[in-house]
Amino acid sequence: MNDTAQAPANDERVKEISSFRKALIRPELGGIIGTIAVFTVFLLVAHDSGMFNSQGVMNWSIVSAQFAVIAVGACLLMIAGEFDLSVGSMIGFASMIIAIFVVSLEWPVWLAILVTFAVCITIGAINGYVVVKTGLPSFIVTLAFLFILRGFSIYLPQAIERKTTIGGIKAFAEDDWLAPVFGGKVLKGFFQWMGDVGIIGTFQNGSRAGQPLVDGIPMLIVWAVALIIFGHVLLTKTKFGNWIFAAGGDAQAARYVGVPVNRVKVLMFMFTAFCATVFATCQVMEFGSADAGRGLLKEFEAIIAVVIGGALLTGGYGSVLGAALGALIFGVVQQGLFFAGVENSLFRVFLGVILLFAVILNTYIRRIITGER
Amino acid sequence: MKKILTAFAAVALAATGVIAPASAEGERYVLVSHAPDSDSWWNTIKNGIALAGEQVGVEVEYRNPPTGDIADMARIIEQAAASNPDGIITTLADFDVLSGPIRAAVDQGIDVIIMNTGTPEQAREVGALMYVGQPEYDAGLAAGMRAKGEGVTNFLCVNHAIQQPTVGERCRGYAEGLGIELGDSMMDSGTDPSEIKNKVLAYLTAHPEVDGILTLGPVSADPTIAALKQNGMAGTLHFGTFDLGTEIVNAIKDGTIKWGIDQQPFLQAYLPVIVLANYDRYGVLPGNNINSGPGFVTADGLTKVEEFAGEYR
Repeated sequence: MNDTAQAPANDERVKEISSFRKALIRPELGGIIGTIAVFTVFLLVAHDSGMFNSQGVMNWSIVSAQFAVIAVGACLLMIAGEFDLSVGSMIGFASMIIAIFVVSLEWPVWLAILVTFAVCITIGAINGYVVVKTGLPSFIVTLAFLFILRGFSIYLPQAIERKTTIGGIKAFAEDDWLAPVFGGKVLKGFFQWMGDVGIIGTFQNGSRAGQPLVDGIPMLIVWAVALIIFGHVLLTKTKFGNWIFAAGGDAQAARYVGVPVNRVKVLMFMFTAFCATVFATCQVMEFGSADAGRGLLKEFEAIIAVVIGGALLTGGYGSVLGAALGALIFGVVQQGLFFAGVENSLFRVFLGVILLFAVILNTYIRRIITGER
Repeated sequence: MKKILTAFAAVALAATGVIAPASAEGERYVLVSHAPDSDSWWNTIKNGIALAGEQVGVEVEYRNPPTGDIADMARIIEQAAASNPDGIITTLADFDVLSGPIRAAVDQGIDVIIMNTGTPEQAREVGALMYVGQPEYDAGLAAGMRAKGEGVTNFLCVNHAIQQPTVGERCRGYAEGLGIELGDSMMDSGTDPSEIKNKVLAYLTAHPEVDGILTLGPVSADPTIAALKQNGMAGTLHFGTFDLGTEIVNAIKDGTIKWGIDQQPFLQAYLPVIVLANYDRYGVLPGNNINSGPGFVTADGLTKVEEFAGEYR
């Protein structure tokens, strides 16, 4: 494409677009507007409820980071033209096999984590392989894995430990070198300092008196930021990124110009599985237990975040930054409704309204960008 | 573009109408449960805290993870702590996951009472004021011993909350009380009523030796009642259940269900609010944990239960 860029400056085939319009009209625009709107609303109605103190901010940041971790994978996969409905079950399955490796088989935690990543990424590859080889919709194939993986994460612990929750992983993870990469916290000194000088609150009594209420940035948030940057660079700055767009936009046309469409799709399924496993590992290392019910419905939350962020369900269009903003909006709304004192059961109503508005807004923006009518 | 922005503003305005910021007067207590939205049993809890809140003039809120995911529940507790209420009433559905957030709330200076799920020991360990509930294993054991006396030798336990370990303890206690191995007798039924009904029908066909059924709440009991009425085993099979509900009460009356074990959830919601309010106001606190159950509800003395089933009973 770049070879033709030396065309005469005022080629009549190229429409003039002002630089302002160019900067404004981008796939993330819907996400940016939504983020501003959501923060404005909550700043107005919940500013004094604790939502914007250190604990409150950390609370919705963690929830948003959770969404972001799985949304990055789901976003790239969706742009490549496929779905993965097995993300939630994959989270449950991954946390369960880590727990089984560590507690039942007494493997070292680092080995359990690495083997779990290998197993889950392999399952992701199988997902992708079945989809590209059979030509079946990924919706159906991954729906099958949704049940298969959830079934195993209920059956395995029952067969091995006669219960559906395996706990006590924290004791094993204590001196492990890999566990803190998922369950640790960073910048602890900085937060202690902020607590000491009174920028953030501290515990008033108990064994943790004097410690700051928020004692560091959980690795989950670090992972989320790292994955967002990785995904964004991969998608917008590399050849492989172009392949992802091409594979999702028009797979056949992409094949004609030499894009290895099948390889791209399988790799994206593997990446989605990787993201789900990151989510699961962080959760297991933080809470020290695995449960057969973990990750329920998370696949839809990932897809919702991606769609709020402006990606097209049919593939070929979207942005990782948009998906990250979608995750932020989702997390802030979910947690913010509590701070605002909204009746719990109305949460889904708000979610539906936001989803609908995001999609309408994004469709409008996309039409401006692509010129379609 | 303008149209959409206007629409957005309209939604924002509509939202502010519904969203009422927590008012400053009166103590504020948050009850956090582990129950998914679909579990109707928790209505009694909602009514219980609402009534207590009304009677003593405090503000009460009910929160739960929509899908019943305990990891999400941990976030809700953290969130409740961040909003700095006077007290948190919470279940302790998974000690590993919830003990951290609960302990942090206690250290932050918030009074915590553990209700429903958990044990008195765990409540003490996280620094809660007390535990209000029915010890699950012991209740199952009592049910099992009673069922043994009534002639049960082989049973099916319909578990609709397999992801929630403490509920399964009821099956284990029941098996122990009968003096037989749990084995494969505990069924993971899921929560969909027609699925549960068909699973129970299939199980009973495949296992004709079963002479007793235990269900763990209305979610599994209601479809099981329907299943037994369909295959004609209603009234002949020994059928006991945990918890009460409209369908269960009707079934006790018509003889399908022998007894229901009432853990009196109303008390689990009502009492913590009263205890917290009086503790905050006058510094008085009962010196022990409160056992809200178990109580066996049989066909005799159903009137009060019937009148308030699903509401306060």
